[in-house]
Parts: sequence; C-alpha cells; structure tokens
Amino acid sequence: WLLRCRSLPVACSRPYYADKVARLGSEADKQSSIYQENYEQMQVLVDELKSRTEKIKLGGGEKARRLHISRGKLLPRERIDRLLDPGTPFLEFSQFAAYQLYKNEEVPAGGIIAGIGRVSGVECVIVANDATVKGGAYYPMTVKKHLRAQEIAQQNHLPCIYLVDSGGANLPRQADVFPDRDHFGRIFYNQAKMSSEGIAQIAVVMGSCTAGGAYVPAMADESIIVRKQGTIFLGGPPLVKAATGEVVSAEDLGGADLHCKKSGVTDHYALEDNHALHLARKAVRNLNYRKNLEVTTEPVEAPLFPPDELYGIVGANLKRNFDIKEVIARVVDGSRFDEFKAFYGDTLVTGFARIFGYPVGIIGNNGVLFSESAKKGTHFIELCCQRNIPLIFLQNITGFMVGREYEAGGIAKDGAKMVTAVACANVPKITVIIGGSYGAGNYGMCGRAYSPRFLYMWPNSRISVMGGEQAATVLATITKDQRAREGKEFSAEQEAAMKEPIIRRFEEEGSPYYSSARLWDDGIIDPADTRLVLGLSLSAALNAPTKKTQFGVFRM
Amino acid sequence: RGVRLVSGDVHRIEKVLIANRGEIACRVMRTAKKMGVRSVAVYSDADRDSMHVAMADEAYHIGPPPSQQSYLAMEKVLEVAKKSGSHAVHPGYGFLSENTEFAEACKQEGIIFIGPPSSAIRDMGIKSTSKHIMSAAGVPIIGGYHGEDQSNERLQAEAAQIGYPVMIKAVRGGGGKGMRIARSDSDFLEQLESARREARKSFNDDVMLIEKFVEDPRHVEVQVFGDMHGNAVYLFERDCSVQRRHQKIIEEAPGPGISPEVRRKLGEAAVKAAKAVNYVGAGTVEFIMDAKHNFYFMEMNTRLQVEHPVSEMITGTDLVEWQLRVAAGERLPLLQDDIILRGHSFEARIYAEDPNNDFLPGAGPLLHLSTPPPEEQTRIETGVREGDEVSAHYDPMIAKLVVWGEDRSAALKKLRYCLRQYNIVGLNTNIDFLLSLSGHPEFEAGNVSTSFIPQHYADLFPAPRPPCGATVCQAALGLLLQEKTHVQEFTEASTDPFSPFGSSSGWRNNVVFIRNMTLQVGDKKVDVVIKYNSDGSYSMQIGEDVYHVTGTVELEGGASYLHCSVNGVKSRPKLVILDNTVHLFSTEGSSQVSVPVPKYLAGARGSGAQGGAVAPMTGTIEKVLVKAGDKVAAGDPLMVMIAMKMEHTIRAPKSGVIKKVFFSEGSQANRHAALVELQEEGEEENGGGGGEAVSSQ
Repeated sequence: WLLRCRSLPVACSRPYYADKVARLGSEADKQSSIYQENYEQMQVLVDELKSRTEKIKLGGGEKARRLHISRGKLLPRERIDRLLDPGTPFLEFSQFAAYQLYKNEEVPAGGIIAGIGRVSGVECVIVANDATVKGGAYYPMTVKKHLRAQEIAQQNHLPCIYLVDSGGANLPRQADVFPDRDHFGRIFYNQAKMSSEGIAQIAVVMGSCTAGGAYVPAMADESIIVRKQGTIFLGGPPLVKAATGEVVSAEDLGGADLHCKKSGVTDHYALEDNHALHLARKAVRNLNYRKNLEVTTEPVEAPLFPPDELYGIVGANLKRNFDIKEVIARVVDGSRFDEFKAFYGDTLVTGFARIFGYPVGIIGNNGVLFSESAKKGTHFIELCCQRNIPLIFLQNITGFMVGREYEAGGIAKDGAKMVTAVACANVPKITVIIGGSYGAGNYGMCGRAYSPRFLYMWPNSRISVMGGEQAATVLATITKDQRAREGKEFSAEQEAAMKEPIIRRFEEEGSPYYSSARLWDDGIIDPADTRLVLGLSLSAALNAPTKKTQFGVFRM
Repeated sequence: RGVRLVSGDVHRIEKVLIANRGEIACRVMRTAKKMGVRSVAVYSDADRDSMHVAMADEAYHIGPPPSQQSYLAMEKVLEVAKKSGSHAVHPGYGFLSENTEFAEACKQEGIIFIGPPSSAIRDMGIKSTSKHIMSAAGVPIIGGYHGEDQSNERLQAEAAQIGYPVMIKAVRGGGGKGMRIARSDSDFLEQLESARREARKSFNDDVMLIEKFVEDPRHVEVQVFGDMHGNAVYLFERDCSVQRRHQKIIEEAPGPGISPEVRRKLGEAAVKAAKAVNYVGAGTVEFIMDAKHNFYFMEMNTRLQVEHPVSEMITGTDLVEWQLRVAAGERLPLLQDDIILRGHSFEARIYAEDPNNDFLPGAGPLLHLSTPPPEEQTRIETGVREGDEVSAHYDPMIAKLVVWGEDRSAALKKLRYCLRQYNIVGLNTNIDFLLSLSGHPEFEAGNVSTSFIPQHYADLFPAPRPPCGATVCQAALGLLLQEKTHVQEFTEASTDPFSPFGSSSGWRNNVVFIRNMTLQVGDKKVDVVIKYNSDGSYSMQIGEDVYHVTGTVELEGGASYLHCSVNGVKSRPKLVILDNTVHLFSTEGSSQVSVPVPKYLAGARGSGAQGGAVAPMTGTIEKVLVKAGDKVAAGDPLMVMIAMKMEHTIRAPKSGVIKKVFFSEGSQANRHAALVELQEEGEEENGGGGGEAVSSQ
C-alpha cells in the first residue's frame, strides 16, 4: 500500500468523513417478481450473446482450423494471447461484424479480429487476420472493421500491430472493397498518416500478404516475417506466370529469406509464430512509449453492489422503466456519484464519478428529454470539457418531448444546444446503449454519428429512428388519412396486416446484432461487464493528448 | 604473553584466530563471541564474501583459492596470527588441525594451538603406532599386521594368518583412500596393488597395514576431553555407521541399542586411550563394533570432529568453550560424574552432491536457501547464506542439521520434519536422500552398520515419481501468480497505476479465456489447458483430468508459500521460482516443474542450455568417447572427466545426435560448460511453444 502511494504523483485520495457515507443506489429487491422476471430475461439474452460469441471465436470451422494448425501456425486468437502481456485483458471489438450479413456466407467476426490489449506494458490496437475464415480475404465488412480499428488507434493515439495473414481482397466483391474513400486503400493511407503523427505501425507477416496487402508490412514502421509462413509480393506466383511466364515458388518470390536478406521489405526474421510475437513485443518495448495521463487518478474501489443485479434492474422489456442511478451505482467506483443539478431537468441525470480511478462525467437518461434536461446536459458537457473529464453516455432514450407546448417552448433549440455540445466536446466520449436509442435522442446522447471514442450496446438494446410500433402507427395513420381522403375504407384487419411487417422489420433492424454486424457500434457487451469495458476504454482513450474544445454557436 | 606452561597457569585468550572456513569457523566464532573473545578469520580469494569472514571481528586475506596456498599455508596463517596479535589459533577440523608441524610452529611463536600437544597428534596420526600404544595401554584392538616388512609375500602371509576377509589399509590413509578389502587369497595381490597405487597418489606413501575385516561393522566413536591437569573424561559415544563413499552422512548420540554397561566400557576404554598419550583438549576415539557389541580401537582423531554437536546436545555442553578454557590452562569444567546423558541427538550433513549419481560432489550457487527456524533443540550449523556459492575448491558440505529429542524416535521425527523445511535450489543436494534414509524402517529400528546404504539401496533410491497432476497444477498456479505479480508491479510503477489493463484476469469480451501452457515435468512435456474463471479461480485440464485451482502467494519469514486449493484440497507448499523452474517444497517432498525454453530463446543462451551435457564441476577432460555425428541414447557415456581427484563419467542427458564436441582430451572444462551439442531427434520441427514468461517485459 505504501509502495503504491509513493509511486503516485497525485494524491491517492482526498478522504474526509462524508465520503464514506454518501453513496448512490439501493439494495435491489431480489424477491420482487419484476426483478426476477427481468433477471431471467436478461440472463437469456446474455447466454445467447455468449454462446454466439463462443461460436464466432472458433473462426472458419473445424476443418480450416485443423489445416491452419497443421501448417505450424497459431490460431489468430492464440497469436493475440501470446502477443499480449500474459493473462492481461483484451478488449475485443465488433465480434459480430458481418454477422448474418452475407446471405449464404458466414464470415465470423468479419474475418478479422481487432481490439486493444497491453503489449510490453503499452496499450496497442491489434488487428489480426483470421486465415481460417475464407483465407483471410477482405470482405467489405472486413475493410470497415480494419478501418474502424485504425480510427480507434488514431483517435486514442495507440500503436498498431497488424498480424497479417490474408489473401487480399475478396474478388467477387471488389466493387465494395476497392474503389471508394473508405475502402481498402484507406488502410495504407491511415498507416502513413498515423506514422506521421508518431503512432507506431508494426506489422507481423505470419501468412500471405498479397497485392495491396503487401503494403501493410511495407508501410509499417517496423516489420517482422515468419520464415516459411510469411510471404509478401505484389503479384503471386500464378499472376507472375500469367504475366511473364516466370515460374517461381511463393517462398522464393516473397519469403522471409528474400525480404530480410535481399529486398529489405521486412526487418526481423522469425523462426515461427511464437518467435515473431516475441519480436513484436520487443519492437513495442523499443518504442520508448510513455503514457502521459492528463487526468488525476485515485485508487480503485469496486461498486457496493454486484454487477449482475443490472440484469434484474434493467431487464429486457424496454417499456419497463428503471432508475438510471441504480445502473450508475453498479458501474462507478465505490458507488460514489456526485450528482449535478439533481432537481433540475431530472429526466437527464448528470454527475461526476470515478471508474477504475479515472474521473468521468456521466450523462444518463431517466425518461424523455425536455428543454430543461437538454440545457442541463449542455451545461454539464461544458463543465467536463473545461475540466478535461471524459464523458460517459448511458443511453436509454425515446427522444425529445414532442407536442405543441414543447415546440413552442423551443425544444428544438434546446435539443440543438445539447447536440452542439456533444458534437464539439473533445474530451473522450464513450457511449453505452443500455436500452432504447431512438430519434434525436440518439444524437443528443452521443450516437455513432457523434464520434464517441467507443460505442457499446447491451444485448437488450434497440436502435432505430423510432420504435417499431410508433413507426407502424405513423405509417398506418398516414395511410388511413390518405384512404379517408379517397373515400376508401381502411379496416382494422388491413391496418394490422400493414403494421405487422413494419414492426417485424424495425424489430430486426433495431437489434444490436443487426447493428453490430454493420459496425454501427464497437460491440455488444454483457451488462455485468460494463464497468470493466468502460475502464478499459477510458484507459485506452487517455493515451491521446487532450485537445481543447471549442464549442459552436449555441442558439439562445 | 606466554607460552603454554605445563605448570598449569591460566593464560589469557582474548583473541583467537580461526585457521579454517565454512561452518566450523562460524561455529567457533559463535562461542568466541559468547565468551567475549575477539575472533580473527583468514580467507582465500574464493571466500572473500563468505559468512565466516562477515562474522569475524577481523579478517585477513591469505591467498588464492587452492587450500595448499591458503588454508594449508602454515607460514601465512602464523603470520596473520602474529600480525593480529592473536593469543591462540583454533584449527577447526581438516586443514591444519592434525598437523604436528603446525602445532609445533605455533608453540615456537608463543601462540596457543587449540588442540593436543604435537606429540599426541604425531603418535595418533600413524595408525600402526597408535595401535601399538593402545594395545600396550590395554585398549582392545583388532588383530592385524602393522609391520615394517612390506613385501608382497609377507603381507599375504599375514593376511592368511589373520584370516580372510582382511582390510588392506594405507598407514597414512584416511577418508577411505588407500583402503581395499581382500576376500580371499586369490584377490589379495590385486587389491594390495590397487591400495598402494591410490595411497601413493594421495599421500605419497604406500606403507600398508593388514587388518581383520569386520563384516557389516558399526562405526562407534567416543568423545573425550583432557586438560593439562591430567584429567580426562568421556562425553559418551556417537554412532556414525551410515556412510557413503566411506564418509559419514548421518550421526547420532548416543549409539542406538548400546547398553549402559557397554557405554561405560566404551567410555573408559576411550579415556584410557587418551591418557595413554597425555591427551589435552577435544579428541575422538574411534572403534569398530561388531554385531555382538565387541569393540576394537581403530584410531584417534586429535581434533574437534564435524559431528561434535550431537555430543553437545546430549550433555548440554559447549565443546568449543571447553577447548578454549582448557587451552588457556583451566581445568575441565565438568568431571565424569557430572556429565549426564540426556535425550538423543541426530546430525544430518547436507551436502552439495548428487545421490543419484554415486554421490558425485557438486558446487554452485545457492540460489534459494531456506532452513527450518533454528531454536534450542534445532541447530543449523552452516557457513553459507542464500546467494553464496558452494566452492569447488573445498568440502561440498552446505550445513549440518542437528536436532535433539527426549528419545531416539522423537529426535528422528524432528530430524525428518526439519529436513523437509530445509530447501535448497541451485544445486543438487542430498536432502531427499537423507529423508528416505532417516525414514527407512531399519534405520528407525536402529539397525545401522557401515553397509547400510548398499544393503538397502533399492529402498533408499526409489524410482523417481513424476509429480502428480495436482502438483503440476500448483506449479502452473505458481507461474500464473508470478505473472500476476510482475504485471501488477509494472502497472503500479507506471504512469497509470490503476489501469484495468494491468489486471491479470485474462478477461475476454463475451468468451472464456483459455490458455495453453506447456510444462516440462521430468523428461516429459505436459500440456495444461488453463481456463480463467470469472471468479478468479482457474480450471486446469491435464489430459482427461480437470482441476479446480485457486490460491495466493504469501510471504512468511523471507520465503514464499503458495496457499492453494486444488479440487478443494488445501495446501501451502513453499514456492521458489528461479529462471524457468518452479520448485515446490511441501511436507510430502519436493518437486520441480519447468517451462521449456523456446527454441528461439535457447539459441541465444548458448547450446549448453539446450539439453547438451555439461561439466558438473571444473576439471580436466580425461577421455572423449563420442564424435560429431554419433547417435547416442540417453545415459550413454560421452566423456570422462577428472575433477576433485575423482573420475566422473558424463552421460548423455537424452538421446539424439552429437552435433559438436567442444572439448578434446586433456583440456580443461569449467563448471557448467557445455561439453557437447546434442540434438534431440525430431527437435527441428516443433518450436517450443510454451507460455512465454512475463519476465520478458
């Protein structure tokens, strides 16, 4: 304990008596039928999430795995495990990328694994191709996931390690992979830009790196290649033969010996996968990287209540209300929350807390947003930006209040204030969608379009422009009115028949799996892991130097 | 400052030079401190940082490591004695302790030699002379020929006269050298020649004596003490029968099964022997004893013996104190009637040696050393600390563990209990052997003889049992917890001390973290599949068996203990992790599990570490039996080496092909030097996966 204190530049804590007393949250009523029902429903969703993820973890199936291993290669997840400091966490993103996206083809995790983990004590973004999935080929969603990982690295100033083992672009889908701005070429653009910003780019060639893929190691600051496994060439042996008639083996054309001894495309020669990962660890060690925290930290204290109580509090039924403060109490250090403007605009809860010792400003929904709530949120975001405190958005929002009174009250203008504040805030922003995410509420609460550093979803959550039921009702009302104008009838049966597919479609498209498959988020998480995921995300986000916030015009 | 006077005047000894090293030097200094006597140490280059140097009030350097040029160099020792103003010299045992010339030289310089008069040393030093004297004094001696005529014919005739089997012994012999047994007339000449050859080499003297050979005898010795006033007492007998390489390994007092009647007779015979040479100071009269408890004088050692503590323990005396007082001219502190035998005591000698390789003496660093807590009834007599080195230049004894109990079985129980807490990592020791020896039913029954080890060989060297699954789990847990500590220490010292990335939870998003760890268990590689459970426990799978494992490492008294639970069974073995090896010491024994060094790292460490044969100690290569390209099986002899005056055969640690031979005949190899490069078959494929240690950070 003493040692811990000594090593700290800042005060460990600033204790005074009242600190021990003022806590947030209350004992959950575990006997209540609602709690139990909620718990069971959420448990089902979490179990489903985990079993689906375990399946995705297996990659391209038993046969492909066996073939991969028989070549003396490690499976991609094992490569990551051995690259990381042993036994430390790995924050994996978008496990459901491309989930049920390509009709007849399953591309587990989008054929690429991305996440943040600690390598030689440095938090790094790791991007690993999974050669057991379609030979590691880049599907459109693979590209999107790779780019998103690079975006995370760039925003949070994290060194990148690419474990390359890919045959290149998926040719039948080249139109969705190659030409556009955010397609394949952007990978190398990002590498160059990040390198220029001092964000290290390290490539480990553990399989093929053909054509465009050859630029991953070639554009890297430092690259490693595994002998008899890794190959790098612009054109593979079949292409060479077709073009010039030259017959050459892959190893002679672009193997480790060639690139380490003759071409100089790669810098380090590894005997096997483990060796390559060992060399990558050394490369990170030689970055001379130091994380400069620009926030204060305090010793970590677990919340007073067990995290799985979130299941019973929130449940799977989005129509059921719950108190966001009970959620916060199960996420923040010591269940300690210093609420801001508690009695004003109380459908939005704002306040300061710590998560894994890092300071955070939390914004959570406790109902629909009114003008007051929006103004309060704006004020609070200003405070956090002024003080350099990261923002956490706990989204469960049906939207801004509608109706004549509220429009007249200028809710659009007040909502705009909050949206402006959210958009301009340069402190790290992390969003968790814990319930519904509908309409402009999504904007005010830092949806994907507002570039939060990370965005996660709970398995019970839903995201769409409005609820399926409302959408169906809106559409039915319009149709009914139209029919009425034409003097036609619109029976209840007709109305129900019209609404049913709309509701179904919204239900399907609002699902977190649908969202995750398209990378509208960074992953679906177990509610019980929320605190840890936020802690890891904050730790990663705080690698980036602070950028001063300059807000736009607030319409008064 | 005077010469020791026969008149019996008492002299001051306020400063004593200890002309020795290791545990005995420390032992003497402890008593000197207690008595308020300043102590002076001498040391060779090899002992610059030794414990005895640190313990002394003053210490003087006397030369290079070889003892001939340091601890045996009389002039140098005397020079230091004069320079330091020492009143007396304590020679300890070995080195100059039984050197007449040295005792004489001390006298010349007016320095008290703590030991008997030089005449007694001389008389007792030559075996034939000592027997003559003893025989004349009425001490029982064994039939034999000690004559001057050394012709083969005469010796053979004498042997026939005494009756086979006979012992052929170098007159100046000792330590088992120059000693042979002839069982019949037909092999006599061959054994004689062999004994002579060895004696010439060792003592430069090949005069032999022939003695009746007693089958399975016991080695019983009596501690005697004389003063300058003509008093001599005995402090009862010790049994030192159990020996290996003709050297004692475990000693006890009193001798098991010896009746008070025989005890008195032994004691009186010993006192008679001491008086016969006007003995002064501590001495030991050695007897051999047959199955009927008949005993015969063998020799007298005119020094404090290694095993003297067992006599101290049963009589409540401090023999070093007695030595100092008697040397100063005082009378013996106790007379015979005041010396009461109480309880039973054992001494186990802990050696750096390899019992499984014919007790081959070893040397090396004591990377980890933890002992049972010393207390009144448990003495740890040692001259080394953790981090010290057992030098190849001197005796490889690490420590003497001395215990006392109300009776023999209580003392023996205590001995075993303490041996289990005596844990050493870094070199081979005989601790496990001492445990199986002291736990043998025949030993427990007191049925000891000098042939105890060969007689019970199979029991004493049980086939090594590979550690069981639970032990492998403990080792894996030890490694995981070490990793955890490393990560934690790193994190706490970093600029971001509370980052959750610094936890060792193995957390993975939505999936269970499963990790494969390959461990080297004996000569087998074992795969452990470790599942990180969300409650912080681990599920470890080895083959078909699954173990549920939890635990923490606790520090107690400088040692780490693994408080763990494997499938609900709790235990707390001592945990030592050095380099890639986990050592676990529990009350059930010790075990080792290591992490195989991946091939890409092994390359950097030199081929020696890659399972090739290494020199067990510094020595000369006598013979090279293999060449590059040879195929060898595990256990095949590779080279013969001469080190510490003994021949050692270096064998292949595993089967494979010799890639390179690094030494030629006649060249000198340093300890741990790789002798050959050996490539295991099928090693080329298969990079040694293994869990990479976090220490690479």
